[in-house]
Amino acid sequence: MKARQKRFLFILVALAAVAVASVLVVKALRSNITYFYSPSQVVAGEAPADQPFRIGGMVVRDSLQRDPNSVRVRFLVTDNAEQFEVVYDGILPDLFSEGQGAVARGRLENGVFVAEEVLAKHDESYMPPEVADAMKPGEYQAP
Amino acid sequence: MMPSFVRYLTPLVLFLALAALLYKGLALNPREVPSPLIGKPAPEFTLPELKDTSRQLSHTDFQGKVSLLNVWATWCVSCRAEHPLLMQLARQGVTIYGLDYKDSREDAQRWLQRFGDPYVANAFDADGRVGIDWGVYGTPETFVIDQQGIIRHKHIGPLTEEAIQREILPLIQQLKGDKG
Amino acid sequence: MIPELGHFALILALCLALVQAAFPLIGSLNRTPSWVALARPLAWGQFAFLALSFAALVQAFLGDDFSVLYVAQHGNTQLPLIYKISAVWGAHEGSLLLWALILAGWMVAVATFSRNLPREMVARVLSVMGMISIGFLSFMLFTSNPFDRVFPAPLEGGELNPLLQDPGLAIHPPMLYMGYVGMSVAFSFAIAALLGGKMDAAWARWSRPWTLVAWVFLTIGITLGSWWAYYELGWGGWWFWDPVENASFMPWLAGTALVHSLAVTEKRGAFKRWTVLLALLAFSLSLLGTFLVRSGVLTSVHAFATDPERGLFILMFLCLVIGGSLSLYAWRAPSISRGGGFDLVSRESLLLGNNLLLVLITALVLLGTLAPLLYDAMGWGKISVGFPWFNAMFVLFSPLMILLMGAGPLTRWKHHSPPELLRTLRVAFVVSVAAGIAAALPLLTGSISAGIAVALSVWLLSTLLAGLRQRLQRRSGIKGLLADWKAQGGRAYHGMWLAHLGIATFIIGVTFVTQFDIEKDVRMAPGDEIELNQYLFRFEGAAPHQGPNYRAQRGTVRVFKDEREVALLHPEKRVYQVQTKPMTEAGIDAGFMRDIYVSLGEPLGGGAWSVRLYYKPFVRWIWLGGIFIALGGLLAASDPRYRMRLREKVGARAAGKRFGAESTA
Repeated sequence: MKARQKRFLFILVALAAVAVASVLVVKALRSNITYFYSPSQVVAGEAPADQPFRIGGMVVRDSLQRDPNSVRVRFLVTDNAEQFEVVYDGILPDLFSEGQGAVARGRLENGVFVAEEVLAKHDESYMPPEVADAMKPGEYQAP
Repeated sequence: MMPSFVRYLTPLVLFLALAALLYKGLALNPREVPSPLIGKPAPEFTLPELKDTSRQLSHTDFQGKVSLLNVWATWCVSCRAEHPLLMQLARQGVTIYGLDYKDSREDAQRWLQRFGDPYVANAFDADGRVGIDWGVYGTPETFVIDQQGIIRHKHIGPLTEEAIQREILPLIQQLKGDKG
Repeated sequence: MIPELGHFALILALCLALVQAAFPLIGSLNRTPSWVALARPLAWGQFAFLALSFAALVQAFLGDDFSVLYVAQHGNTQLPLIYKISAVWGAHEGSLLLWALILAGWMVAVATFSRNLPREMVARVLSVMGMISIGFLSFMLFTSNPFDRVFPAPLEGGELNPLLQDPGLAIHPPMLYMGYVGMSVAFSFAIAALLGGKMDAAWARWSRPWTLVAWVFLTIGITLGSWWAYYELGWGGWWFWDPVENASFMPWLAGTALVHSLAVTEKRGAFKRWTVLLALLAFSLSLLGTFLVRSGVLTSVHAFATDPERGLFILMFLCLVIGGSLSLYAWRAPSISRGGGFDLVSRESLLLGNNLLLVLITALVLLGTLAPLLYDAMGWGKISVGFPWFNAMFVLFSPLMILLMGAGPLTRWKHHSPPELLRTLRVAFVVSVAAGIAAALPLLTGSISAGIAVALSVWLLSTLLAGLRQRLQRRSGIKGLLADWKAQGGRAYHGMWLAHLGIATFIIGVTFVTQFDIEKDVRMAPGDEIELNQYLFRFEGAAPHQGPNYRAQRGTVRVFKDEREVALLHPEKRVYQVQTKPMTEAGIDAGFMRDIYVSLGEPLGGGAWSVRLYYKPFVRWIWLGGIFIALGGLLAASDPRYRMRLREKVGARAAGKRFGAESTA
């Protein structure tokens, strides 16, 4: 019986620890999630003004501007209804290009989206044209 | 004995909850940026027809019937995969327009000769400008457009048998029915 | 013709798997020796057909047979030979074939190295593995056939994703699959034992080496993946908490718990139900990883081509395998006998504590990975969970785990009087606290996190040394220690030692690189110099460079410290000829104490480039830790005990004892 009581105590302690831990975990999770908004939603004022979030859409063609003296870039993302300006200090990912999907994480500052991170979208079966363009040479030639 | 039995069922119950979540997740598409075009009139455009350069194709052509607009290109492997399904749809009497996206005219005509032509007409969008207005992220994509020229549905990626049976055809039936 | 042969071999392998899943198992239950005897030849047959099928696909890639759709999508005439081969598993269909082949490989291994196991047991294990094989083979044949033809055949293929054209990534997936699939052996042993109703120390002893080997492969695979991400993605990161990474990390965590729990079950006969559950969990998480990666329910940087139809298939398979095994568990577990009791202060308790923490962390990683899905499914919005959360969870729980980890090996089984244990641990405790405080002093680092990391690392090291000293005393010196290598249990002990040392190394690497790394994104024109943590970087411009199947802009960066040139780096921006995606190839000067890392961004006109510079202290220690852990696992798996005891048991069987009757602990 004694061993059983000890085991019981052990389980009780473990359960209490798990309970405390889960409260901490969920709290931490809540403060670390970032929501996704489309440019239309941001323009409509649905995005939080004081919290980081993600904005995504297609990079508008010919909208990419580089600052000549730093690594700062500006570009527009669009969901084909509205567009929004994104500013980023850093090096864009390899797959980033105009006319393709991109997602930026950051926050609003003075009406522009200041990104901390920019991700380019990429998927194998659903081919962005530029990637697939490359397959043109030689494919589906007449016999 | 009862409580211990319950205890050993816990992992199974947790797993079933997880499986239910995953099942629900399958129906969602995490990369889908909701298309703002749905419920809106088709974006305006005027483009030359692919085979018959003297002809022009524009958004007004969609008026008066339920049709599909399929965005495709010869360089796109997935388009090749969905092509037989388009042929099958065309045989069932579905009106399919094509938007040949960032392609060369010769390649595209050769493609249609070889694999068959399911399209009533093809807009030839050499530089992809119109594609951008339509919010095309890549090929293939397929839009369902109603009698008033309003976009009702957008399918991203290659069509599948299941998508046609479950989404496209029922929607076409419903849209046709709305009219009377 | 050859692709059809491959396809046909695949179908035959499925037929064999169907037979293997049914007959040996039924035979073992109704005692039909001829059916039981089928298990081994069937495993070999499946392996032979899958090897044939795999060879056919390799041949299609080598021969640039673009009439096969999969080859047309991922092969290319310009690919270097090694990448033509690795392209075979570079995407969904081919990687599944590799998966199935590896599964068959594990079956053959079980069939070969289990000569000493009861025949019924082997038959059941192989039957369960056959069931898993059915799932994967039919998945491949019905939804993802790598041998599908395309007509007409294109003249040139679409090429392997350039990101994957790298030696590290050529071997990373096979290693990872060896680990994932290897967990199916532990799983099958557990199911076989649940079916047979006998779960004892012998069962643990059989599954332990298999689990260890699978776990070692998983460790190597994850370490390689992390190393690859570091030098290939050009962001200098080594772990991103990406769903695909988490998918491999969760089975590793569960596998780690399993390896330890099996040790308790083998030595003390305790934790049986828990150990079985872990064995089911480890493989279930491997399967779940497959689902997450291939079904498209989660976005990821390096997700496979996704398809809801495939997702549904895997989900059904998942429900059958995991749901089925957990139902079996719920039904059978209550009848498993309890093992020996133990006190609150005992090695069992500490190991159990560690096990619970590992499972807790696994659950947290799962929660973080699935939270976006949960939010989306509930209509709470589209979210992503930032890596700070995952990091915080680790910082919260791992110190506790490491405290237990240090004390565990010094604690006796069953009972250890607390005052005595405290005496044993006193020196190690004082040393590590002192080292931690010293490290946190402003003179050295001035960082409290670094101090804590050093303290934990030194705690592990000093308790390991204390353990070694105890062992030396007991084994009469160095000579006895050498004899350890041949004796039973010796290598298991030293394996544990090495693996724990790996954790100590890993902690230092992770903490120092996260606390003290320096990153700078700058614009550099030729001749520009930038100083970063006492290192002077001089950019000397970029020039065109021609590779076998790519063109590149090749930068030249000289790095100086104290006026002396310490490194000449050539970061590249590559454009592959077929898939015209730009690719960053970082220039890295690797060192034991620090890495210097330079990658090119984009050309900014006038010969200037955006350049990313990094100073990364102790980053190599992360992978060094991984290597130690893997070597430790291998050492433990090679312990002679596993072979010795099996032979003894055969003797016992010969003496007329029936399988399962032995209850030695």
